[in-house]
Amino acid sequence: MGRDLITLEHITKSYDGQTILDDLNLSIYENSFVTLLGPSGCGKTTTLRIIGGFEKPDTGRVIFDGKDITDLAPNKRQLNTVFQKYALFTHMNIYENIAFGLKIKNKSDSYIKDKIKYALKLVNLEGYENRMPDSLSGGQQQRIAIARAIVNEPKVLLLDEPLGALDLKMRQDMQYELKRLKEELGITFIYVTHDQEEALTMSDHIVVMNQGYIQQEGSPETIYNEPENAFVADFIGDSNIIRSTMIRDELVEILGAKFACVDKGFGENKPVDVVIRPEDVELVAPSEGTIEGVVTDLTFKGVHYEMDVEANGYEWLVHSTKLSEVGSKVGIKVDPFNIQIMNVPVSEDEEAISETV
Amino acid sequence: MKNIFKKIYLGILLLFMYAPIITLIVLSFNSSKSRAKWGGFTLNWYVRLFSDEAVASALINTFSIAVLATIFSTIIGTITCIAMIGLSPKLRSMIMGVTNIPMINADIVTGISLMLLFKFLHIGSGFSTILLAHITFDIPFVMLSVMPRIKNLNFYVYEAALDLGASPFYAFRKTMLPDIVPGIVSGALMAFTMSLDDFIITYFTKGSGFETLSTLIYNEVKRGIQPEIYALSAIIFVVVLTLLMIVYRVPNNKTKEK
Amino acid sequence: MKLFKNRQSAALMALPYILWAVVFIVVPLCMVIFYGITDDNGSFTMSNIATIAESGYFKALVKSVLLAVISTIICFLLAYPLGMILSSMKLKRNTYIVTLFILPMWMNFLLRTLTWMTLLEGKGVINTVLSFFGLPGINIINTSSAIVLGMVYNFLPFMILPIYNSLSKIDDNVINAARDLGAGTVQTFLKITLPLSAPGILSGITMVFIPALTTFAISTMLGGSKILLIGNIIEQQFTQAYNWHLGSGLSIVLMIFIFINMIIESMADKKGGQG
Repeated sequence: MGRDLITLEHITKSYDGQTILDDLNLSIYENSFVTLLGPSGCGKTTTLRIIGGFEKPDTGRVIFDGKDITDLAPNKRQLNTVFQKYALFTHMNIYENIAFGLKIKNKSDSYIKDKIKYALKLVNLEGYENRMPDSLSGGQQQRIAIARAIVNEPKVLLLDEPLGALDLKMRQDMQYELKRLKEELGITFIYVTHDQEEALTMSDHIVVMNQGYIQQEGSPETIYNEPENAFVADFIGDSNIIRSTMIRDELVEILGAKFACVDKGFGENKPVDVVIRPEDVELVAPSEGTIEGVVTDLTFKGVHYEMDVEANGYEWLVHSTKLSEVGSKVGIKVDPFNIQIMNVPVSEDEEAISETV
Repeated sequence: MKNIFKKIYLGILLLFMYAPIITLIVLSFNSSKSRAKWGGFTLNWYVRLFSDEAVASALINTFSIAVLATIFSTIIGTITCIAMIGLSPKLRSMIMGVTNIPMINADIVTGISLMLLFKFLHIGSGFSTILLAHITFDIPFVMLSVMPRIKNLNFYVYEAALDLGASPFYAFRKTMLPDIVPGIVSGALMAFTMSLDDFIITYFTKGSGFETLSTLIYNEVKRGIQPEIYALSAIIFVVVLTLLMIVYRVPNNKTKEK
Repeated sequence: MKLFKNRQSAALMALPYILWAVVFIVVPLCMVIFYGITDDNGSFTMSNIATIAESGYFKALVKSVLLAVISTIICFLLAYPLGMILSSMKLKRNTYIVTLFILPMWMNFLLRTLTWMTLLEGKGVINTVLSFFGLPGINIINTSSAIVLGMVYNFLPFMILPIYNSLSKIDDNVINAARDLGAGTVQTFLKITLPLSAPGILSGITMVFIPALTTFAISTMLGGSKILLIGNIIEQQFTQAYNWHLGSGLSIVLMIFIFINMIIESMADKKGGQG
């Protein structure tokens, strides 16, 4: 994809005896849009703050462009941050806010003026120079925070849940806006969020974190379609996660019924976790299904129906465009390609993962 | 390294604040009347303080004025704040403007102005004049702590209660009053402590022969400090300390229970 | 907002206080002004106010302003670093420590001043301790220094509280943002922390400056009879000389100072708001 721009090596961090990050290793490629995704308290914000220089890791190194910057103060780093809740300087107008970093670098007035004009145009807020931050809406303030960061031409832009305080519509608009900005600027974005949809929409590369560990990293497609463990599967979208037994290669027993699958190499008669996405569950006539069940709940969701199907003691979540009435008997069928097999956690690290599921 | 400097600075300032008070407490047990010599431990000054009738009556005066002024100012202040909801913005800002005068003005001017009024109206100075003066300067403290609560009220809840069939008074009592109460309590506390601590306004409105704790101390000091005053300081300090600890304890316990 | 049937019923509820405020706030103030601009015969005169220009009175005014300014500056210099330290500490502990700093405020104002009389006297506690260690004694009781010390001791909590409040309201990320944009520690302080805490500084200044300017108890207790401040002179006009006209005239002068102070502050506040 590109060369490594930032490398985190064996990062450990704890507060008051509580471990936030445990031996974290992560490489971030140049010009990529990387998202650190996880629930609150998973260590994603701490990771970002360590890259930004606002926290020092207890152990480990931060390598930026080949140089060790672990002990470098934030004001000496070639990266800029867009903070949660914007963190604009409320006593300065928009012009002064955006000019802040440039003035410190002693840029000429004409350079600053041009830069601000360009930045405001980039975030679609031309002519806002003399407004005060308090007079802007949340979305506008967020754009100013981005403009304030990018005028300094950082190699990397760190974004700490920048859309968290915005309403849904504004959030969706800003997602496209950010993607466009990233393309136009051609720099690396490191984005922190707990919103999986945001991560899937914008990122080139997603790093799923929980309890201080990286659970899985990869492209949005890989993360969604091939979650490596129950935590990732559960966190990314709705899933049916069922403890099952791998009979042999390409055959798994789910809730007492045998399903064909495509995975190999899990051994024979070994416990596994099976992930099936709700849209991958097919409802057919009772006799044609692998398992028989009863529809217990039905909700119309616009593009599809959401149904709960009680079958062999498990409540299956099903998304389908075809309606099955509550109380009707149905058969459940799953295409072998849509059955994702995962190892049951055995190691201590993975145990931590399964606790939260 | 930085932390050590911070701690040293905190320590020096705390020493500056408390060393004088601690010295007074120590002196209150000193049997020698001289401040410079330690003549041995005694409770004599405390005994004399408690048998001093002037001190006893000043204490009673101080507390009864503080309690009455707090009650009246809290009632008037709260009612006025509630009435503000229905007033025109113009009248509202006029009332707040006048209310701010005693807060901004120097106490000496407020004291003098009230003294002139009482002399003009031929109201005999003493308990009643001090009480009227204290109510006057306490009301702004009550209003300033109740007003923010009033501004944050959610009127939809009140209307919802009406919609569900509550009478206006019942709806007010059940939906709005609970939100205002914390402001009333902190306003009343402020009023009480301001009244207890006041010297200047009391001094100008008290007339002769009537003393509160503050004016009594002022007179004593002019005549020369008696060690009983040290004993009094020590008692007041301990009482204030205990009261504050109780006040701070209560909300802490509540949050823990939650 | 249908709490009231109409504006009149709300006004009726506010009426008791409106009357109270007129009788006990507005009328008394008008009386001060009336006495200040009339003589014994009730005819108009500016001589009461003009008396401030006479050397004795003028000296007292200048001294009062000077001591109040010095005390305010000392309070600010002591309180600001303290506010920064307190607001940078972990949340759990700092409420207790902040309380420790404002607790002396709850003790009687005169007792607080009295402690310094005891400490500073010629044969007081400080000099006894100093001579015990063979050090030369200090002799500042009944001087301006003692008055300033008394003012600082009494009014310091009034400076600490608003400064601490405004500093602790500053979002950590705003400071981080300044660092992130390349500002060093000193630049961050001068361009971000200081201007953002300006409202707290301004209200601290008012809360120290006005009582310091108008005090008479502190100067009586710590300045002896040697030092007269404008507060002492006004007090004497009412309690000893019984010249209400002159006392009121001088009070008008004081109010003018308070008014000027307010205007300067509201101007500074606006300026701070606009950067």
